[in-house]
Amino acid sequence: MSNLLDLIVAGLATGAIYALVAVGFTLLWQTSQTINFAQGEFVMLPAFLMLAVMHLGAPFWLAVLVGIALSALLLGLAFKMLLVDPMLRHGVLPLAIATMALAIGIKEVVKQFFSAEASPFPSIVPVGDVSILGRAISLQSLGVLAVAILAVVGLTTLLNRTSLGHQMQAAAQNPTVARIIGVPVERMILLTFLINAVLVALASVLITPIYLAKFSSGEVLGQAAFIAAIVGGFNQVRGAIAGGLLIGVVDNLAAAYVSTQYRAAVPMLLLILMILFRPQGLLGRAEERTV
Amino acid sequence: MSKHSRLLLVALAIIVIAGLIIIPMNFNRYGLYILSQWAVMTIAAMGLNLTLGYAGQVSLAQGAFVGIGAYGAAILTTHGWPLISALGLVIVICFIVGWLLGYPALRVQHHYLAFVTLAFSTLMFLVFRNESWLTNGIYGISNIPRPEIFGFPTRKPLPFYYLCLGSLGLVTLAMWWLIRSPWGRAFMALRENPIRAQSLGIDTRRYTLMAFAIGSALGGIAGVLYAPLTQYVDPVPFNLQLSLDLLMMVIVGGSGFMLGPFLGAMIAVLLPEWLRFAEGYYLMLYAAAVIALLIYSPSGILGILDRYLSSRRTQAASALRAAAQSKLEAAR
Repeated sequence: MSNLLDLIVAGLATGAIYALVAVGFTLLWQTSQTINFAQGEFVMLPAFLMLAVMHLGAPFWLAVLVGIALSALLLGLAFKMLLVDPMLRHGVLPLAIATMALAIGIKEVVKQFFSAEASPFPSIVPVGDVSILGRAISLQSLGVLAVAILAVVGLTTLLNRTSLGHQMQAAAQNPTVARIIGVPVERMILLTFLINAVLVALASVLITPIYLAKFSSGEVLGQAAFIAAIVGGFNQVRGAIAGGLLIGVVDNLAAAYVSTQYRAAVPMLLLILMILFRPQGLLGRAEERTV
Repeated sequence: MSKHSRLLLVALAIIVIAGLIIIPMNFNRYGLYILSQWAVMTIAAMGLNLTLGYAGQVSLAQGAFVGIGAYGAAILTTHGWPLISALGLVIVICFIVGWLLGYPALRVQHHYLAFVTLAFSTLMFLVFRNESWLTNGIYGISNIPRPEIFGFPTRKPLPFYYLCLGSLGLVTLAMWWLIRSPWGRAFMALRENPIRAQSLGIDTRRYTLMAFAIGSALGGIAGVLYAPLTQYVDPVPFNLQLSLDLLMMVIVGGSGFMLGPFLGAMIAVLLPEWLRFAEGYYLMLYAAAVIALLIYSPSGILGILDRYLSSRRTQAASALRAAAQSKLEAAR
């Protein structure tokens, strides 16, 4: 029982990172019906971009900023212009398959041009423990949690409190009407792609110091983000956040209390039960069936 | 289709089949292995094409059924069962499991269904890896015997390739019959407009489950061939990636086209081999090729052909119309 708190804190920290990735995932779905099977690879890539910039001699903080900018350019702008725009009108499935191929492509590029080995990545939070109420809690977990919460609060404020955010929501919910009342729908969709790119870059900065930078590390992460998005509710930003935190905690508790072999099964069972009994997710709205 | 072009098609089919029989005769071991793999993956992709392409139900679990088939064959034949009885048992098991997996499809659709089946795939992978008493865990099952068919041993690569090719031929004939039967039409009605299908009196519930069950059974058949082909079965090939690859084969080939899986499996199995000259870059080129193809034609390779044929048909029809029009005006 004594380490239950530790497990929950560590779970919340990973969960917060899942939440960042899942939020981006649901944003893309809401505004442009894109199921991005490369979302995990999108998290893996920025870490390598940052390592490459650092290799040129830049300090860490600069590398992070350049990495986020590059990520917005490649994973936001180029992804939308080159892949999503030409395919979107042909339905969900071909685009989803194309993102699967993109995932293979990104993995191979990283393996070929960077390294097939895992590389260490500097942490933005100093390593060590801090004592809270007489208990040692990892500083890294707290730091990750703090940054992730800041990002999420920033995003929800943007979406719910500003005119820009309202325009984005309108563009997502009903593009036709949004266009009639003067919302620049195309620009709003592009903006969600840029936000997704920044969110995955941020997640990359947070998670890579824990799991190392490796070309294949996106697979697990992408899957966790999918599950988080579905469990929380595919069409709600706050649902994705709740789902991410829940999956992080459940995953960590399963690692401790369920056999290590079947640890990975617990989130999957949660997913199946959720889809069967509450397909709209914890906080989602039911999607209306179209005839 | 005119009589002339139908004859052409039959001739083309005969040439391709004869080529598949004769040309590999002087292939080396590896070439025959790759071709056999193509035949096996085509069978699995045909199953998924039935579920997805004809009945419109997304499934990311086809790889798991290939796994069930492969493990079924591996376990039973190493315990002395003949392959044919293992095949029978596997078909029954995959049919039942596929039927049960179809139940979520009655409640949810599209991406939700994709994720339920994805979860099933991952769970099956964990079972293959962890249930050592049955599957020997990560060490896998080796020394899987190749069968004797009507007294002919298939230990050598060439006879075994013919076994795979023959099975592919039988499955293709069965599929061709199924698609043209009332069932095939019911599946397509399910894909095009489930509510209209229901109002016409089609039991959509039963046909949805059926589409999953038959598609899964075909995945099982592919697995039963896979085990003696590699003669070694371990969990790694049956992870989620196989299901994603099979889905890619169906979409890239052309989902809902009879011949789509043949081309899709060719791209997925043979293209990486042809790109070997590019060494470390071959998977990169493969990914780029798939993306480029899907951007050019989201309905896959056969989609290009289909577009070309239908545009020619429209041109021919409008030419006929124009001729008729001028004749009418001349008569007036």
